[in-house]
Amino acid sequence: MEFNKVLKNAILVIVACLALSACATKKAGTGQMQGDVYTGNDTVEYLASGVPDRVFFATNESVLTTASRETLRKQAAWLRKNSKINIVLEGHADERGTREYNLALGERRANSAKDYLMTYGISSERISVLSYGKERPVDSGSNPLSWSKNRRSVTVKAN
Amino acid sequence: MIKKIFLLILIFFPFNSHGLIKVDITRGNLDPLPLAVSPLAIDEESKKQFEKILSKKDIGSEISIIVESNLKTSGLFNPLDKEAFLQKPDIANLKPRFEDWKLIKAQALITGKVNFVDEKLRVEFRLWDILAGREMMALAFTTVPTNWRRVGHIISDKVYERLTGEKGYFDTRIIYVAEEGPKTQRVKKLAIMDQDGFNNKFLTLGNELVLTPRFNKTSQMVTYLSYFRNLPRVYLLDIETGTQEVVGDFPGMTFAPRFSPDGKKIIMSFAKDGNSDIYTMDLENRVVDRITNHPSIDTSPSYSPDGKYISFNSDRSGYQQIYVMESNGKNVKRISFGRGLYGTPVWSPRGDLIAFTKLHKGKFYIGVMRTDGSGERLLTENFYQEAPSWSPNGRVLIFYRETKTDDKGEGFTAKLWSIDLTGYNERQVKTPTDASDPSWSSLLSN
Repeated sequence: MEFNKVLKNAILVIVACLALSACATKKAGTGQMQGDVYTGNDTVEYLASGVPDRVFFATNESVLTTASRETLRKQAAWLRKNSKINIVLEGHADERGTREYNLALGERRANSAKDYLMTYGISSERISVLSYGKERPVDSGSNPLSWSKNRRSVTVKAN
Repeated sequence: MIKKIFLLILIFFPFNSHGLIKVDITRGNLDPLPLAVSPLAIDEESKKQFEKILSKKDIGSEISIIVESNLKTSGLFNPLDKEAFLQKPDIANLKPRFEDWKLIKAQALITGKVNFVDEKLRVEFRLWDILAGREMMALAFTTVPTNWRRVGHIISDKVYERLTGEKGYFDTRIIYVAEEGPKTQRVKKLAIMDQDGFNNKFLTLGNELVLTPRFNKTSQMVTYLSYFRNLPRVYLLDIETGTQEVVGDFPGMTFAPRFSPDGKKIIMSFAKDGNSDIYTMDLENRVVDRITNHPSIDTSPSYSPDGKYISFNSDRSGYQQIYVMESNGKNVKRISFGRGLYGTPVWSPRGDLIAFTKLHKGKFYIGVMRTDGSGERLLTENFYQEAPSWSPNGRVLIFYRETKTDDKGEGFTAKLWSIDLTGYNERQVKTPTDASDPSWSSLLSN
């Protein structure tokens, strides 16, 4: 009996923690967009210290923002230092578009990242491009912030 | 398998249809025709034989349930409760007492008989006009017993055709993408089922992402997009044999495939260096033709039923709109001019309309417009829906709809829905798992 009670309390505490942390992440999420481009780092991973792996886009756009260009310059510098590493640029779209158009849009986004890396001296032979359209969102939410995180091109090591 | 030959004998030609009942399907039917589907009569010996083979107690009754359910789903007919029927199936099939059926307000009656003959299933059925007091149609089929569901669909098609003047769409199948798992990591498989959701079968294992399967109008071939080895490419699948092959040898992603109406070509998009254009490949001689050459995204191509035109989706104006061109790529004309974005144009099998997806002010619509862009009509509005596919008679559209997730990002579903061209009779098409990207086959028989 005593033991059960302890267990029950422990579970309650855990549930409360989970609820709180869920709220916390949600709060942290607001104010992380400029226009409708994501500017936060919730989902961002790093290729190396100080080298973010992804850039974000406005709705229906494949134009690189100032922040995106900065990220890609860091990636280019890292790639120049690590000349044996090849990469895949994975282009994505949010869920608010038709599947086929989004496949094309993802390809266009990844290529705009590729073009920029090439102007910074990375050979096209080291870069392949793969569009996932809207098939692989990082955030499953149905709101503008979630969509902004999903409109992205992610640089992934290929070897 | 599907091509199992049906022996079809016309017992009786309706000589004169003058004055007989007719269902108007061109307008929203808010007053479906009341009709009675009598269970098909069956003798004890046949009953026993079919129970042995098919594990169904009364196959005559089972077939009539298929007919009843198909006609009801069409929204044009109101099958009456069998409890109210006064006449026994076997006697009704010989000669109905029209007054009895009039009494329960039936305007049409379907009767029939099932026999076990030489290891085969023999079915005959008759359609009666109750008010005129006469037979409208009588047919008999013989087939292998395992085809019993198709017999129900074929009867439904014949009745639909006789009463509406247009071909039915019941003896058909739907190929679609079955989905499972969390939204960020969906597992997708090709699946196929009868139009009414029965005989569901998975065609791939889910090891790689698959999208947008489409039927060939003339055979049991399917074209679709697969991420096999992480290379998104258009594939061809023979659903009879299970053999698959990649379509063409393109240095990049191919997607958005469809067959030409004669089934001899595949039309699709090929994406390279951030630009998607439309190409065709001839399946016999493997010749590849480039159809569009424009720095915008050109995708979702669909042929007109005569093969002379192609409708497609392009953002060359700055946003997604619908265009029509000749099949050689000449004379490109924008046809969508309403407010919002337009995608996924699909030419109706009747040739007069193009179905599309529209995004306007955060809502998605399925609609139709004439092939010159005039007469736009939105059939249904929702949080997210797209990818309409036509029933072979051009009367019904099937598409998929996704739900909005809640605050925690949960509650995502994807389901198939159908709606009449009139905008009425919207209903969910049941699938064992979540589902998207439906494509409707042509009629399997005749």
